[in-house]
Amino acid sequence: MLLSMQGISKAFGGVSALKAASLEVEPGEVMALVGQNGAGKSTLIKILTGVYRRDEGSIAFDGRQVDFSMPAEAQTAGIATIYQEINLAPQRSVAENIYLSREPRRFGLLDHAAMRRGAEAVLATFNLSIDVDRPVAHFDAATRQMVAIARAVTQNARLVIMDEPTSSLDEREVGVLFETIRTLKRSGVAVIFIGHRLDELYAICDRVTIMRDGQTVAKSPMADMPKMALVRHMLGKELAAFQAMAPDEDAPERPVRLSVENAGAGVRVRDVSLTVREGEISGLAGLLGSGRTETARLVFGADRMDRGTIRMEGRERRYREPADAIADGIGLVSEDRKIDGIVPDMSIRENMTLALLPKLRKAGIVDRARQDEIVERYIRALGVKCASPDQPIKELSGGNQQKVLLARWLATDPRVLIIDEPTRGIDIGAKSEILKLLRSLADEGLSVLMISSELEELLSAADRVTVLSDGTSVATLPRKDLSEAALLAAMAHQAAPSGEQA
Amino acid sequence: MHTLFRPFAIKSSGDLARLGVILALFGLILFGALRYDHFLSPYNILSFLRYNSMFALIALGMAFVIITGGIDLSVGGTAAMASVVAALFSPVHWAAGLLAGMAAGFAVGALNAFIITKMRIQPFIATLATMLAAYGTGLLLADNQSVSVSYDSGFTVIGQDDFLGFPIPAWIALAAYVLGWLVLEKLPAGRHVLAIGDGEATAGLMGLKVERTLAAVYLASGTLAGLAGVILAAQFGAGQPTEGVGWELFAIASVVVGGTLLTGGSGSVGATLAGALLLAMVFNILNFENGLGWISLSAYWQSVIRGAFLLVVVILQAKLMTRRKTA
Repeated sequence: MLLSMQGISKAFGGVSALKAASLEVEPGEVMALVGQNGAGKSTLIKILTGVYRRDEGSIAFDGRQVDFSMPAEAQTAGIATIYQEINLAPQRSVAENIYLSREPRRFGLLDHAAMRRGAEAVLATFNLSIDVDRPVAHFDAATRQMVAIARAVTQNARLVIMDEPTSSLDEREVGVLFETIRTLKRSGVAVIFIGHRLDELYAICDRVTIMRDGQTVAKSPMADMPKMALVRHMLGKELAAFQAMAPDEDAPERPVRLSVENAGAGVRVRDVSLTVREGEISGLAGLLGSGRTETARLVFGADRMDRGTIRMEGRERRYREPADAIADGIGLVSEDRKIDGIVPDMSIRENMTLALLPKLRKAGIVDRARQDEIVERYIRALGVKCASPDQPIKELSGGNQQKVLLARWLATDPRVLIIDEPTRGIDIGAKSEILKLLRSLADEGLSVLMISSELEELLSAADRVTVLSDGTSVATLPRKDLSEAALLAAMAHQAAPSGEQA
Repeated sequence: MHTLFRPFAIKSSGDLARLGVILALFGLILFGALRYDHFLSPYNILSFLRYNSMFALIALGMAFVIITGGIDLSVGGTAAMASVVAALFSPVHWAAGLLAGMAAGFAVGALNAFIITKMRIQPFIATLATMLAAYGTGLLLADNQSVSVSYDSGFTVIGQDDFLGFPIPAWIALAAYVLGWLVLEKLPAGRHVLAIGDGEATAGLMGLKVERTLAAVYLASGTLAGLAGVILAAQFGAGQPTEGVGWELFAIASVVVGGTLLTGGSGSVGATLAGALLLAMVFNILNFENGLGWISLSAYWQSVIRGAFLLVVVILQAKLMTRRKTA
């Protein structure tokens, strides 16, 4: 056994991120580490590499108990990490990046010739022949990744951790990467491969460790784990805390309000089509990395669309920035409230009316009376629990923060509301309250596009669900066809790789 | 390294900018030589080198700081204070004046390093504060007037005499630049400075000692500013607590004109020297132009021109950067 992590627990400020998680890796094997966002994969890896300290548990590497307190120690011990944002100095040359911090010297001076030779030699083992004097920024993502791997190899790494290594690669580059991984395997180096694209996991990994909610829920040889089972382990099943909130039978087909046809941008969104009708909740499902959030950003004008068309109430639209989409009646409640939603130190009043301020002006000054009226109305309508509208929003619970954000958009009177993971980080009671709220808004005529990772949420709240896989919409399930099995089957589906792929 | 040994191996936009500054420098020299009778006279060349060596020294320290992505606004104040300290110690021995002035600069550099790496304060704010403190300390020590140096100890030799036909300040600057080039291009430490400027977090993950390297860079900048202060006192025969205003801008402009990115991660010692010489040359030519009698530009115009230069180069850099991003 090369690596054995047992009973690892870690809490951040009282919130438990890992609960007795475990991970074992044999020499020369490729271990898939999978799980949803927040399942604890990155925390586990960061504990292994000394970025975080564990609260409990033991780590044995290469037969010895280890306790790294910083990344440099893990590196010295033979554990290299290739981060998703490849960590290289972009303006320095390939050769320098490979040898940075342990440069070959002659008479105390840098030995550029030896550096160049060494870099070329190690890259040659990966069948890569490039000008190692050029800055790494000049090369594509796959080559940069190869340079990072070469750096790991020259450090005599026994274990290489790759965090979503294929997320920015095209198919050919993925093939090159897999060839590199096989080269590593042959020389006895083990790889921990964190990824979400199932086909890739099955193509390259020997075993799989599945995490959910900070725990290791399954370990198995890759071949013994059918795709459906893998997805089920990842998503898990929550207690059915939600009452069925969607209408039982299909409502009469209502007019389409928003439609997206064959949208594409870069490699994350390849070909997505979906429709949202008046007064319905349309779900958008898919595994992590399937392009859900990216699709929402395209519709909202936050990212540039390369291909496809968007129609709003029948008219073709091209949104160059979110302001255009907002003017057209589209709102977006983003997934991460902390990063691009709330302004923590501002009051509930200010957070709620942020998007509305331009309309609230009277002679250039915010019309306080109207602001108060709107804030009062939504606090009452959505049932925001707070001491007063002037309370800083950071003091509210997650569910109540979400309501304030919802109110912010509702106050702009949207016709389409895109909401990304509406119940992320919200306790179970508040979850069903938020979903009920969305349902009653839909009943009043609002069109909701709800992105969700939680099967129960989609099953109980959505009128239809579009499933994305690898940036492509692979299925649209109307209410009557919605079932856990149908959703899982669609999510496990992967677009057939075009051409020969490793 | 590439710019020295393989001048035509242009591999980045930075290389292009560095080539540009060297061409511009030669262009200006050619212009001056053709237009003014005494431009290439030994007197002009020697006094040009003698005076501008001080600026070249602080530009060298600034180059290292800016390559790490930082800034050192305290160099002017440090030089002023160091000139006073050097003058006060000059009666003891010429070497006492020299070492005391450098030690004063080292002290400011150490304070900067501590505030920036340990207290985690932005370099801009940290060195703005130490700049004010350094000026104040200089004025306090000097009792708000210039402090005469001792002419008996031989201290003024440092600023006023020649060695092998060239001014001693020029030799000092040359030695500092050779050393700086050696560190940046030939020693791992220099590569680490560049890598840290490329991204501190990344450099840390690659196992580099980020804090230690940053501290060394601010220490070097402070010490070089102290050395410039020593030369100032020796050259003009007095410690001058009110000198040094705007020197940091001259240094920043020299570095940036020399093709070093203000965002860090790229830069060259040789091109910094070229940048400092280029800016100094502009003022030298203005002086000659004034001498012809056609125009009369006051010294205040120098600041305006310096500012305009800096702005133009920074805008060009920003354009190059965005082009590289979209490319």
